[in-house]
Formats: sequence, structure tokens, C-alpha cells
Amino acid sequence: MGFGEETLVRAKEIIARFPDGKSRSALLPMLHLVQSEEGYVSPDGIGFCAETLGLTRAEVGAVATFYTMYKRRPTGDWLVSVCTNTMCDVLGGGRVFEMLSEYLDAGHDETTADGKITLEHAECLAACDYGPVMTVNYEFFDKVDVETSLGVVTQLQEGIRPAPTRGARLCTLKEMSLQLAGFPDDREGAIADGVAGDPTLRGNRLAEEHGVTLPDFDPDPPIVKPKETR
Amino acid sequence: MSGPVAPPSKAVLAKLTPVLTKRWPSPDAWRRRAYEQLDGYRALRKAITAHPDDLIQLIKDSGLRGRGGAGFPTGMKWGFIPQNDGKPHYLVVNADEGEPGTCKDLPLMTHDPHSLVEGAIIASYAIRAHRAYIYVRGEAVNAARRLRNAVSEAYEAGYLGKNILDSGFDLDLVVHSGSGAYICGEETALLDSLEGFRGQPRLRPPFPATHGLYACPTVVNNVGTIASVPYIVLGGADWWRKMGTEKSSGPMIYSLSGRVVNPGQYECSMGITLRELIELAGGMLPGHQLRFWTPGGSSTPLLTADHTDVPLDFESVAAAGSMLGTTATQIFSDQDCPVYATYRWLDFYHHESCGKCTPCREGSYWMVKTFRRILSGHGTHEDLDTLLDTCDNILGRSFCALGDGATSPVTSSLAYFKQDYLDYIEGRVAPKLSGKQLVGAH
Ligand SMILES: Cc1cc2nc3c(=O)[nH]c(=O)nc-3n(C[C@H](O)[C@H](O)[C@H](O)COP(=O)(O)O)c2cc1C
Ligand code: SF4
Ligand code: FES
Repeated sequence: MGFGEETLVRAKEIIARFPDGKSRSALLPMLHLVQSEEGYVSPDGIGFCAETLGLTRAEVGAVATFYTMYKRRPTGDWLVSVCTNTMCDVLGGGRVFEMLSEYLDAGHDETTADGKITLEHAECLAACDYGPVMTVNYEFFDKVDVETSLGVVTQLQEGIRPAPTRGARLCTLKEMSLQLAGFPDDREGAIADGVAGDPTLRGNRLAEEHGVTLPDFDPDPPIVKPKETR
Repeated sequence: MSGPVAPPSKAVLAKLTPVLTKRWPSPDAWRRRAYEQLDGYRALRKAITAHPDDLIQLIKDSGLRGRGGAGFPTGMKWGFIPQNDGKPHYLVVNADEGEPGTCKDLPLMTHDPHSLVEGAIIASYAIRAHRAYIYVRGEAVNAARRLRNAVSEAYEAGYLGKNILDSGFDLDLVVHSGSGAYICGEETALLDSLEGFRGQPRLRPPFPATHGLYACPTVVNNVGTIASVPYIVLGGADWWRKMGTEKSSGPMIYSLSGRVVNPGQYECSMGITLRELIELAGGMLPGHQLRFWTPGGSSTPLLTADHTDVPLDFESVAAAGSMLGTTATQIFSDQDCPVYATYRWLDFYHHESCGKCTPCREGSYWMVKTFRRILSGHGTHEDLDTLLDTCDNILGRSFCALGDGATSPVTSSLAYFKQDYLDYIEGRVAPKLSGKQLVGAH
């Protein structure tokens, strides 16, 4: 696949985020960009990055293989990641992964026969208070178990987009890769999607319920303290 | 400790200090106008009329210490940036949150992104940086989406760009998504990654303060550190110090996960104990007795039910033989196996080892194999010595703190729970891993 004019315009936009002469910094977002067109980082994608940034293909390849979010083989529209780090595993995430793997007949980093769903196990996704968690194209499904995770996956198979527990409505992995390249999510209302879950707000709510207030807060003390008290 | 407890006592409730988390319940706080109505960008207006050196002094006076795990004094870090050196300066916000257990930065960026943007502008002004980057963990797409939106709203309102609020100060701020590599949270690996390389740690010295991004003076700070700045600017150093302890000042977001009734984020005065946190979280789950826990992520040595009264501040946790880390308390019970938990963490470190240095790369590999052997009922007594020897060879000899972190769960679980290891080795408990998972372990 060739990369067109639009890709080049976007690449230039990415390069402009960095100081003159530092275009190599654009490489990570550019790899997300080529992935957004092909669903993985293909040899052509590597070539495009190398050419645009004046690097060798080997230099680009060495970077692409270092990071787990760049996929080396074609992926499905739906990347299902199950957290199997310690906390989620202990709370049932390990079983969820095994069951999904069996159901989809795909192991870690493998895609279903119909090419629609790619399965992987993920390391701690910074949502342990919602554990066990899984994500679809990095949007969270919280407190999953064997049943609910299977529900999510079967909906995906049927062409339905299940609503994540938090975060925005689902888009495809290619569309998500464009956001990862640093371009705004321009779907009407998507940024407003998702409210904070209970675990996020627990301390706050407790403070509110019990009328706990902060020590006397006055927003106007001067920044420079009078000399004698320093 | 076990079972649900009565509602938290008044004394414990009084330790809640919702400062950085205070806007999270407002569903629209991520929008600029809502943020402004909740005191947003008020600190920036105040800061931008002050002299940058006075801001650095203010942060020093507040005693603010880094929230990314190491607790380095923030004002001192800012003060290391050479001035009038003719080089560009950079602020890089470390939003790579990936230390197992840690889950405080993502909600902050998702529900109150402008507070991080405002903090980044003030910090950049103080260190005389005209470019700043927020390096967000790739998987954190929702947080990045809200942050990017906040940055573009801030440009529209004249808080970013040229001549910010008519002060003559210019700043460009870019939200940069990573690509899935825990090691990129290590600040020098992060800088290499931001420069478009594999994320591998750099040799130090020189330190980022003089040779950071593009070999220029750079401050790297955690999300929570930078988001604290506007509150200190508004409330003052003395107010900040009313929370926390003398050496560990201010509020801290404690993240509770695991076997408690109400896991979640509890922002409290620094120095609260685990016993008190569990009380706030509604007690242990019915039928679960506290057995082991991490005070601040998986790289901090495990503590036990004997440590529930240790004040969770930098000094006290160190005195108890662990580290405050990221205040991510992962709470495990008598129904969880410390050997298995350690194995899962080790597997993580092995997977995330960047491969640059031998002790960490090879050591983590061998230790994972050893754990698989033990957990499948094929371990030997010598395996335990080998584990300790391997840890000895990694600790202090690896190139960065990832290697050190990998040894924490191993040495601490062996110190407190050796009997659990022996139970597998001597066949008193059923193997936890099957033969299938053992392939390649010999
Ligand atoms: C393996 C490893 C991973 C780290 N991950 C993070 C991280 O995700 N976020 C973070 O702020 N600091 C992380 N750190 C700590 C950083 O190196 C650095 O100390 C911190 O960003 C400094 O900011 P602070 O002074 O505001 O805490 C990590 C360190 C190591 C060794
Ligand atoms: S300790 Fe591990 S992560 Fe750190 S440089 Fe060495 S191999 Fe890389
Ligand atoms: S262990 Fe799964 S989100 Fe942290």
C-alpha cells in the first residue's frame, strides 16, 4: 500500500511538534500513523517513516520492534487486551484470558481466523482499583469476569460495539491509532463520553458525606514571603 | 485485620484531604469553562506576575516531593536548571503510569486535565522553558483524549502559545503518546523514547537537569507533582505544609486495590497508615484476612499484617524496610499466595526488562524459570539460595532501578513468607502451575 498525500501532510504536522532539526522525535507518533492506515506496521510503513525522517529502515525497525503497541502482523479491528498482572490475575483476570483464548482459538498476540479480533494479555493497565480489567482498543471494561468478558467479545463478533464501562464509545484500532499519533478525536461528543467510576471518587465522596474540609484555604497569600519569616 | 468494619471514625475521616482530587466528581471539570469556575487558571494568573525564582523558592518552601516514586524534592530539582546558559530548557511531564498497582495519574488526567496543563505552564515559566511535553502512556487513550482537548482549549484561551496572558512568556505544550513499554517511565529512557529511540535508560551523570531532552536542561516530573503546583501557588507553602508530615508534606493520593470492600482513590494527609486506609475503604472483604501488601507499587518490598501502623510517608516506610513509591497499596489476603504473586510480578519485570544490562536481563529470566519450577512442584531448597544470589547480583548492579525493583518482591516475600515457598518445595500444597506452563522452565 502506498501512503498518500494526506499521510504526508499528517507526518509534517507531527514533525512540527518538535524543534527544528529534531524530527526524529516524530518517529513514535509516525509509527502510530502508519499503523492507522494498515492496522499494523508493515514493511511499507517502515519505509515511509524512514524516508520521511531521513533514517535507515533498520533504525526504524529497531524502534518499532521495541514497543508492544506496534503490531508486526495484520491485526483485527478489535484488539482485546486482558490485564494479567498480579492484582487482576489474582482477582480473576487470568481465568478470563484463558477462557477467551480458548473461545476465540487465539493465543497471546494472535488474531481470530476471521481476522476480526486480536487477543493479547496486558501488563498492569493502571486501573487496579477496577480489577480485573480488560480493554477493547484500549477502552476499559471494568470488573470483568468470564461471563461479562465473553459478552463483550460475542457482541464484537456480531458487529455490535459494546459500550465501555468508562471512556469513549469504541472506534476501530486503525481509528484509535490516529488518535495515538496525536490527532484529536473528532467524533461528535466522544470526548464527553464516560463518567468517573465509583472507585475513582470514593475518597471524595467519603469526605463530602462526612463534611470533611481542608485546613483553612486562602487563595491569596503572596508568593514571596516577607523576609523575616523565610 | 478482617471483615467489614464500622463506618470510619471521625479521627480517620479527618485525614482525608481532597486537594488534587477535588474536581473529579464534577462531570464537566475537564472543560475549560467548568474548570475556570472551579478556581481554574487562577494560580496561573497569580504565578505569571511573580519572578520565576520566587516560584522556585515557593515550591522549595512547600517541601513538595516528587510523586513519581522516588520522592525527590521538586523545588531543588527545578533549582538545578542552569540559568542564562543560552540553551533551550524543557519540561517533560512523566505520564507513563505503569508501575503495577499505580492508578492515580490516569484519573487525574481524565477528570481534571486542565489542572495538569495549568501546573505545566507554571512550572515551565519557573524553569524558563518554552516547550513542554506530556509523555502519556500509550494505552491511556481516554486520558490522552481529554488532555489533548484541554491543551487545545488552553491555546484558544491564551493560556498557551505566544505572550501568555500578556506576560511576554511563550510556551508550546505537546501531548505525546507512548507505545507500550514500562521502562519508558524511567526518566532517561523516557527522554530517549521522546527523541524517537528505543526507550533505554541513559548513563548518569550527566543528569537531565543539565543534559536532558536534546542534551538541554530538562525537568522531568510526575503528573501528580506538576498538578500539585497550582494549589501551592494559590494556597501558599504554609498551607501545603499543614497536611502531611514535616519531611513528607502535603496530601497524597493513595490508591487501594485488592481485597478491600471499596477499592479506589483516597487522597489523604501524608502519613496515614494502612490500617486507617482500610478503615476508609470499608474494611477487608468478608472472609479475607490481610496477609501482604505493597506500600507503593510492585517495586516496593512487600509488607505484612504486622506493618499496618507504619505511617505511609517517605521516611517511615523506608524505616520499615520498604519504600513509599507511588502510594499504590495493593492489598492481598490469606486467600492469596505470596509466591504466586511474586512470580507474576517477576514475569512482568522480565517482560519489561529493556535488555541493556546483563544482571537484569539474565537475572529476571532465570528467576522466572525458578519460580515456575517451584510453583509446579519441582522446586528444590537450592532454588531459594539461587534466588537470593540472583537478587544480590541484580540489586545495585543493574543499570537502572527496574532491575532493583524486580528484586523487591522476591527478597521481601522470601523474608516474610519462606514457609510458603517450602510448602511448594516439600509438597505440602498442590502445585499452582501445570506442566503445560512449565515448558521451557528447565
Ligand atoms: C522502571 C521505572 C519506571 C518508572 N515509571 C514511572 C512512571 O510511570 N511515572 C513516573 O512519574 N515516574 C516513573 N519512574 C520514576 C522516574 O524515573 C522519575 O523519578 C520521576 O518521573 C521523577 O518525577 P518526580 O520527581 O516528580 O517524582 C519510573 C522509574 C523506573 C526506574
Ligand atoms: S536494569 Fe533492566 S531495564 Fe534497566 S537498563 Fe538494565 S536491562 Fe534495562
Ligand atoms: S493489575 Fe490489572 S490494572 Fe493493575
